[in-house]
Amino acid sequence: MPNFDWPAKEDRSLISTRINRLDGPMKVRGTAKYSYDRNLEGMLYGMLVTSPHPHARITKIDTSAAEKVNGFRGAVLINDVGAELQWTGQEILAVAADTEEHARDAVAAVKIDYEVLPHFVKEEDVTKAGNYVTPADEKLEGEPDAAFSAADTVTHEGYYGCATINHCCLEPHGQVVDWKGDEITVYASTQAVGRIGADLAKNLSTDPAMGQVSPSNVVILTPVMGGGFGAKFAIDTWGIACAKLSKQTGRPVKLMLEREEEQLMAGARPSFYGNIKAAAKKDGTLTGYQSETWSTGGPSPRGAPPLPYVFDKEAYKTRHINIATHTGPSRAWRAPNHPQAAVLTMCALTDLAAKLEMDPVSFFKKNLGLTARPEVYSAQIDKAAELIDWKGKFHKPGENGSGYTRRGVGLSIHTWGGRPHDSQCRVTIEPDGKVAATLGSQDLGPGLRTVVGIVLAETMGLPLSQVTVNIGDSRYPPSGASGGSTSTGGVSSSTRRGAVLALDELKGVVAADLGVAAEELEAKDGTIRVKANPSKSLSWSEACRKLGSKTISQLGEQPMRDGGKLADQGVGGVQMADVSVDIETGIVKINKMVAVQDIGLVINLKTAESQVYGALIMGICWALWEERVYDEVTGQMLNPDMEFYKLAGIGDIGELVVHMDTYTYDDRGVIGLGEPPAVSPGAAISNAVFNALGVRVPVVPMTPDKVLAALEKKGGMA
Amino acid sequence: MQAFQYASPTTVQEALDHLSSTWGEVDVLAGGTDLLSLMKERIHTPNKVVGLRGIKELRGISKSGNNLRIGATVTVQELADNSQIQKQYPALAQAAAGIHSPQMRSMGTVAGDLLQRPRCWYFRRGMGLLAKSDGKSLIPTGENRYHAILGNKGPAYFVNASSLAPALVALGAKVKVVSKSGSREVEIEKLYRAPAGDSERELDLKPDELVTEILIPASGARSATYEVRERQLLDWPLTTASVVLEMSGNTVKSARVVMGHVAPMPWRSSQAEQALAGKTVSEDVAMAAGKAAVAAATPLSQNKYKVQLASVAVKRAVLAAAGRA
Amino acid sequence: MSSKKTPERQENPNEHGSGFSRRTFLQGVGVGSGAVGSAVLTPQATAAPPSEAVGPGAVPMTLRVNGKTHQVSLEPRVTLLDALRNHLDYTGAKKVCDRATCGACTTIVDGNAVYSCTMLAIEAQGRNIETVESISTDDARMHPVQKYFVENDAQQCGFCTPGFVMACKSFLEKNSNPTREQVEQGLSGNICRCGTYVGVRQAVLDAAREVKGGRRA
Repeated sequence: MPNFDWPAKEDRSLISTRINRLDGPMKVRGTAKYSYDRNLEGMLYGMLVTSPHPHARITKIDTSAAEKVNGFRGAVLINDVGAELQWTGQEILAVAADTEEHARDAVAAVKIDYEVLPHFVKEEDVTKAGNYVTPADEKLEGEPDAAFSAADTVTHEGYYGCATINHCCLEPHGQVVDWKGDEITVYASTQAVGRIGADLAKNLSTDPAMGQVSPSNVVILTPVMGGGFGAKFAIDTWGIACAKLSKQTGRPVKLMLEREEEQLMAGARPSFYGNIKAAAKKDGTLTGYQSETWSTGGPSPRGAPPLPYVFDKEAYKTRHINIATHTGPSRAWRAPNHPQAAVLTMCALTDLAAKLEMDPVSFFKKNLGLTARPEVYSAQIDKAAELIDWKGKFHKPGENGSGYTRRGVGLSIHTWGGRPHDSQCRVTIEPDGKVAATLGSQDLGPGLRTVVGIVLAETMGLPLSQVTVNIGDSRYPPSGASGGSTSTGGVSSSTRRGAVLALDELKGVVAADLGVAAEELEAKDGTIRVKANPSKSLSWSEACRKLGSKTISQLGEQPMRDGGKLADQGVGGVQMADVSVDIETGIVKINKMVAVQDIGLVINLKTAESQVYGALIMGICWALWEERVYDEVTGQMLNPDMEFYKLAGIGDIGELVVHMDTYTYDDRGVIGLGEPPAVSPGAAISNAVFNALGVRVPVVPMTPDKVLAALEKKGGMA
Repeated sequence: MQAFQYASPTTVQEALDHLSSTWGEVDVLAGGTDLLSLMKERIHTPNKVVGLRGIKELRGISKSGNNLRIGATVTVQELADNSQIQKQYPALAQAAAGIHSPQMRSMGTVAGDLLQRPRCWYFRRGMGLLAKSDGKSLIPTGENRYHAILGNKGPAYFVNASSLAPALVALGAKVKVVSKSGSREVEIEKLYRAPAGDSERELDLKPDELVTEILIPASGARSATYEVRERQLLDWPLTTASVVLEMSGNTVKSARVVMGHVAPMPWRSSQAEQALAGKTVSEDVAMAAGKAAVAAATPLSQNKYKVQLASVAVKRAVLAAAGRA
Repeated sequence: MSSKKTPERQENPNEHGSGFSRRTFLQGVGVGSGAVGSAVLTPQATAAPPSEAVGPGAVPMTLRVNGKTHQVSLEPRVTLLDALRNHLDYTGAKKVCDRATCGACTTIVDGNAVYSCTMLAIEAQGRNIETVESISTDDARMHPVQKYFVENDAQQCGFCTPGFVMACKSFLEKNSNPTREQVEQGLSGNICRCGTYVGVRQAVLDAAREVKGGRRA
């Protein structure tokens, strides 16, 4: 029976160390070919015509002028006359032309008439939402009313919220489609190489002009892609339209969204606002939580926030309503609904701690029994407090600083699942010594390609440079979509199993030569050797030559019966922030942030840390500036750009410290990391601002207008 | 971007030949950092673009009589690097330094900065400079967090976006404007205006005129610029203040105080200037000047905070100019 | 349709069409057809164009990219970025914001980092255009900036990375011994969405040390 277990700590030479990503050189040299970079022979440029109105019905479409535009080659409809459009930027049709400039000309020449319908785009003031409201979710646990009215209880009530933000992937959504004969090749910027081909085939087959398209005739290629964050799971209307344009014109067609389109329609994280009530006994024991929350995910609802968040064993009642708006629809955004839930819980609890005159660290620690993993959080809070010097920096809210600067610290804790997704990995060993892992997964940026390489090389006892990793091709053995922190667990498990099976086969071939049973062999330092007598060995290439003309090919799978447990789910993390606030201008500056994270077994510490740094920086963006701004009267988004849709620059991040609980939780196996560290930054920064000012800035992003308004409410500058 | 003809004259006279007497037909391209974006948004759809790159006489920084002459196409980087400007006109050097992006600094020109169109997001989204819907401005009750707090009685509510104009106004600079019928000098203070209707631009320029140089009078005054930005580096200022102090010993003989990003034009505050005249600069005096600068402010629904920011910017610029920051 | 444009512009110098001009172009009001090479783009209101005006159709251009001369035929409206990416297949520079904000298109022209999305190709003629493809020939011989980007994992999805590399290279050529604060100022013209700034900051400092150490002449 093969032993798939991860090597013990002392036997690892690659796993859990810091390793440069395999695709680093091609990315820094500009030679990595993204979908947007594909220039195929005879390729046309596709572009969308989109709705200029937040809510309207199409009454007439006239493409006659567009067809006369120089370079025009084709057009396909996405929404026809009669369709009711629900947001500005909704797709209506796509055109193709010989150059990008001519495609723009053709778009401009399409004439569409609309019946403009009433719109609703701003949901923060729930009293204005009228019949756009639908009840979504109610929960009751224990007797919260009794908790709130109990004697010796301190109760806090407050309003908190998070604005809607966008994914703003730097490589926009889109693809190049090359439809030749029966074969459709799609160079797609996607998080789901294994899924979107079937989606495309199904959608094309509903159009008689396209004929029956078999999923097996669609090839998806994504060797690299420029960011997804949860927004790129579907083929999308533009993918289907691009394929149709390719069929119609007989040419490859590139259709990538414009930045404005990307911001208007290709991904948003729902807002969440709410009135929160929390109660604790005077000794700090949390007893009750109540939330009345609302949110918009665009035209369709996007689920209720997981409230109360992490501290969820007290008595509570929650009620959530959805508000439909004529805004670009939401898509999964790193840890869907958790970041907002953290703001709505951790900020309220910090305010309750202040009312109790307790340090929030003490208050959080006292109540860890109400969470799913008290020991993990307790150790993490201590570690984070040490790294940020909480003892030295914490003070009574609003009472620290001099002149016009106030400084404060805040914390938040979070959780996520991160179970491994299904994955198959083909591992091959060739007679000339070549080793490869081949799987239909994709690397969005966390370093998945390198993770696979590390697992493969570690298993074979080879240096990383001696193994090949093939990903990003739908013809490879299928792997799940990359979402919900499921990929690293999934692909490392399938790769490990495939590698162990392949290695065992190789051991069987060379065992006789080394005069021992296959079980007595190990692969180490580029050799196959006898465990008990390492000097008795074959070099890797000698061993492989024994294969003769045979190539070993084994399929590793996740999940796999009798495959052992290589991956797990369910993690905790703690983040702390240290900020300075200029109380004259309301400008918040990040001094330092600390993230302490449990992710089980870390495969590559270097890229794992990068992912946490990235989560912190994304959090700084939405804590301080980032939001979609809509005009109420026109229903237009005013900042579908990168100028007033404000993301952090390199000067905005302060000092960032990441501490992985490396080795502490290794025995659990691998757990995904994309989501958990993206949850807490907003709440931690908001709490730090509260600690600095002694007054809550209730809604993130905490722009200067909101900071100064909060200070004014408190009675002017602190 | 709509297709256009492109001309690349090598002299100012040749450039003038290309200009039109009607706004919108021809655009002048210097660094391009604003114009090309406007053209991509189809807010500007010129038939012809006149590139100024080839005109040598528009370049260079030099002494010209009592003035420092800055060619129209001098880049922000050249301005920021100029030692004479750093020494003699710190307010201007600091304003240039406030444009942090090196790419923007190496491309953007001084005249381009002065003549850039407003950054008003209604305008940039194609809703017009006055952003009217059904004859009524969208801005006073709309998304006006970045809009005007002074000079905003309507119909214009946008703010002047120039980074350099407040400093240049405070320093008493002029621009030289050339057309086929001759040339004139315009005080930068008078270069901008609030358009009263859709048929007007926000500049006192004619479409067939070309700004060729900026002239700053020699000065021994102390000066400083202070910008308030949301993000530390790459951002438009929320407000700016440029202050020039003529000193007599420790006493302010006279002051010029100009705020940026608060009104459709750089906003000179005589109230703040009076609050400084004859005083020795202290925290209290600077704060009083800041308060005076915004005493007449009339904030819109969302931008009351900018009144505070403008006041603080003036205070901090005064302190910096006086060497007390 | 473009013939409608001139009178409209006379009514309103700020944009073509009042109110929601840019939105309404889709409705055919004041459509900028941009039909290439047709007479409508030379309105009669304008005097006969001086001989040196070219376009609006494609015109021959010469671009010197990475030391190599390319003859191309492009419309004057084509940006340097689009010329590089769509016509010459230099795809290292990326199109992200396309509005001189994010820096993903950063290219070095005559020694200065520029936003190539916001420079016309026609104006890049006669200038020395340096793209990310030019600064190393293989993985083993990378520029110090590239080497330390890899070392410090200063990339995730990698889409902003070539622009950052070029901005860093240009920055170091002008600031050989930078402080962390100067690094932040000098790279403030680039935006990363994945959040790689910690690595970028360190990579520039490390590269500066190596360049200064003279290992790269």
